[in-house]
Amino acid sequence: MEALVIALTVFVLAMFVGFEVITKVPPTLHTPLTSGSNAVSGITIVGAILSAGLQLTTLTTVLGFLAVVFATVNVVGGFLVTDRMLRMFRRK
Amino acid sequence: MRLALVNLAYIAASVLFILTFKGLSHPRTAVRANLMGSGGMLIAVVATLTLLDWSQGIRRYWVIAAGLVVGVGVGAVLALRIRMTAMPQMVALLNGFGGGASALVAGAALLEALAQGRMPPTQFTVATTASGLIGAVTFWGSLVACGKLQEVLPGRPVLFAGQKAVNALLLAVSVGLGAWLVLHPDAAWTYWLIVAVGSALGVSSVMRIGGADMPVVICLLNSYSGLAACATGFVLDNNMLIIAGSLVGASGLILTQIMCRAMNRSLANVLFGGVGAEVVTGAGADEVYAGRVKSASADEIAMVLASARRVVIVPGYGMAVSQAQHAVRDLANLLESRGAEVEFGVHPVAGRMPGHMNVLLAEADIPYEKVREMDAINPTFAQTDAAIVIGANDVVNPVARTDPKSPIAGMPILDVDKARTVIVIKRSLSPGFAGIANPLFAADNTLMYFADGKKAVLDLVDALKQTA
Repeated sequence: MEALVIALTVFVLAMFVGFEVITKVPPTLHTPLTSGSNAVSGITIVGAILSAGLQLTTLTTVLGFLAVVFATVNVVGGFLVTDRMLRMFRRK
Repeated sequence: MRLALVNLAYIAASVLFILTFKGLSHPRTAVRANLMGSGGMLIAVVATLTLLDWSQGIRRYWVIAAGLVVGVGVGAVLALRIRMTAMPQMVALLNGFGGGASALVAGAALLEALAQGRMPPTQFTVATTASGLIGAVTFWGSLVACGKLQEVLPGRPVLFAGQKAVNALLLAVSVGLGAWLVLHPDAAWTYWLIVAVGSALGVSSVMRIGGADMPVVICLLNSYSGLAACATGFVLDNNMLIIAGSLVGASGLILTQIMCRAMNRSLANVLFGGVGAEVVTGAGADEVYAGRVKSASADEIAMVLASARRVVIVPGYGMAVSQAQHAVRDLANLLESRGAEVEFGVHPVAGRMPGHMNVLLAEADIPYEKVREMDAINPTFAQTDAAIVIGANDVVNPVARTDPKSPIAGMPILDVDKARTVIVIKRSLSPGFAGIANPLFAADNTLMYFADGKKAVLDLVDALKQTA
């Protein structure tokens, strides 16, 4: 129960930080914001790595492997494409 | 001790993620911000790898490595080869992968707990339900959105009788299944049913949303992918996942709100309205257009532009479709070399995702300082000699201001009609997404140029070069 309260505290505070910081992003960068935040949501990759590495049952290993693939596509694709876009804004 | 070090690394990664969003507040700092985000991700991954017990054999390593290699390969190829005009599809697809991964991780965690003979506590099962449901909706909803944007699936809303009731039922069933899982944590099959029901809900709810409402859908799915990661954080008791997921969830929600406000519609209306299902053909089109539309030649328009001191270019989805951004840049440069002041006005929902037009203009090397937001550019139209509208329709329709009964009544628009001359480049008089006629096209100060966007702009550049 105590762990849940701590987790909820972190959740609520992080949401507030998110709202404060993200409302300052100008509309011109809204596409990179979407793709970049998308890459951040690939953080679930850490859970995927644990499942793929723990290999408790065949099923969890398969799920872990698939999750690693999905999350890695998300992370690598997201950060790379965001970088491509942002460099276009920086030229000149 | 090792766990404490890993958790410290997770805090560092969380801080880097917050700085990522902070740095995106200006184009100058944004590249570095994105690098900080990827650095945070690298720290998190490396720290997690040290948590594994390597003494149990190298075999564990191979599954992870194989997954990483496949993921890096697919992700890099997608990211480096995608055209800027196809960015909405790309982002939709990535949203889907993120949501899918979170759902898979939560499912694997449930099965692992049961295999180890641990009875998952309530926090665990509630969060697993949330992750499975949100993740499945995100995955399938994103695939449908991607298919619509790529025009593999019909772009118009796909409606069927009782659709709302079916969706409500699917949602109720998934919540019921979640309650069952909370009461019977050892019934892993309920998790798979939740994922199946969530998948059906994702497909059914996005199928009914039309192409021009995609900016809202992409923002919402973006938010969902963050919330799914957040829920997975509650499953794994991992604060870094909760922080990163919340940031993404907040970002998606803010953008969703901005998009809805820019269309003067509620989120419920976008999600459940089925707007754009029927084209309201000829609803007053003849009365509005008959005998009043002036179609001009490239030379006539060049004459107008040649004497213009201030020109504002308003791009819409049509510019993206015809890949006209580079031609537009040439036109802008030519006008500037003749002494005119050129700026760009972008409506928040122009294109198929927020900021889509800005990326295309940046791709064509147009400095971002010249690309102005709606509220900044609108007061300047009265002092503008020529406004050039390229492939936009509803976002420049003055009916939004004048007719309270119109479907777009109250929607904020770009006031191009206040410019001295309005030049509209468009393939035909066909209505936009809202399905209504646009009196701007028949206005006294409007010249229509009927052609594909890119060809039209190239024609204008040629004609302008001929003008002394």
